[in-house]
Amino acid sequence: MMLDVRLYLAQRISAMIMAPLVFIHLGMMVYAIQGGLSAAEILGRTQGSVFWMLFYGLFVAAASLHAAIGLRVIVHETLRLRGMALRALTWGLFAVFFVMGARAVMAVTMI
Amino acid sequence: MEVAVWRGDETGGRYETFDVPAQDNQTILDVVTWIQQNSDATLTYRFACRVGMCGSCAMMVNGTPRWTCRTHVRKVLKGNRLQVAPLQNLPVIKDLAADMDPFFDKWVRVGGRHEPGKTRHDQIEAIPPDTPDRENADAGIECINCSVCYAACDTVRGNPDYLGPAALQRAWTIVNDEKHAGRQQILNTVAASDGCFNCHSMGNCTVHCPNGLDPMNAIAGLKRAVTKNRFKRGG
Ligand code: SF4
Ligand code: SF4
Ligand code: FES
Repeated sequence: MMLDVRLYLAQRISAMIMAPLVFIHLGMMVYAIQGGLSAAEILGRTQGSVFWMLFYGLFVAAASLHAAIGLRVIVHETLRLRGMALRALTWGLFAVFFVMGARAVMAVTMI
Repeated sequence: MEVAVWRGDETGGRYETFDVPAQDNQTILDVVTWIQQNSDATLTYRFACRVGMCGSCAMMVNGTPRWTCRTHVRKVLKGNRLQVAPLQNLPVIKDLAADMDPFFDKWVRVGGRHEPGKTRHDQIEAIPPDTPDRENADAGIECINCSVCYAACDTVRGNPDYLGPAALQRAWTIVNDEKHAGRQQILNTVAASDGCFNCHSMGNCTVHCPNGLDPMNAIAGLKRAVTKNRFKRGG
């Protein structure tokens, strides 16, 4: 009761989605603070931007899924959790990560 | 030399030390046999062929799983001491004899038995030895079922339901055998929980296989085959 082909694919695909997003995210941070942008000025650009909402929304969804599956494997192998408890933990972790991430995305992209 | 031998059964046990005369050419199996014949006739262990063919003699030697009939003492002796124990990741029957049932059950569960797809009246497929499928099948065919890889696998230790390197390598062998009729069934079995996707690809199995086989690579092949198969059959 650990990784079947669906979870495996979910983890690989979420990693493939995250890889370019991480680089864009880092590159954008370096670029954005070059001229000494303040937090308010950054928020001025991200708030109300559908692009950044979708960009970071996708990022959060992929990261939540990826982390939840990764932790599922570790918990299963070290604590020998299995069955319903393992499934509940996986989706519980996913929900926590996703809600936390979604709140952050909303805070910086909603007006 | 001083040889610590694990004595006990499924309820537990401890190490008992024996003094064994060293010889120029001596295998771990020779040492265990010497103890049984000269010191303690109640010592239980398992072997058959003594030449690395049958796969029945594997034990933990100084903490490492090895085929004892072909492991020379001088290669593994540490400060004139040896420690011999039953193969890990398996239940113990008595002393050095581990219960191989879980190992063989998984071999059967994966579909390790050949299923013919034709009758005696059909023509046999011609399979050239240099096709990629046949080369993949050949790579794992020399497995002697010794369970050394199974004892070396940390993933088996963390998850006793994991099919393990030998059974999965067997799956890869017959998935590549055109004459086997149940190939889709095997892909389904290894795609499920506790199958090939549990493997961390750290390669302990490959490092320890005394026959120089590469179960890790076979499992990587299974992962690719299952993934491809999944997309081909639409999600
Ligand atoms: S590579 Fe896979 S099968 Fe081999 S020891 Fe590691 S986890 Fe086990
Ligand atoms: S793959 Fe190697 S180590 Fe594993 S059972 Fe077969 S021969 Fe033994
Ligand atoms: S006794 Fe047969 S492989 Fe060692």
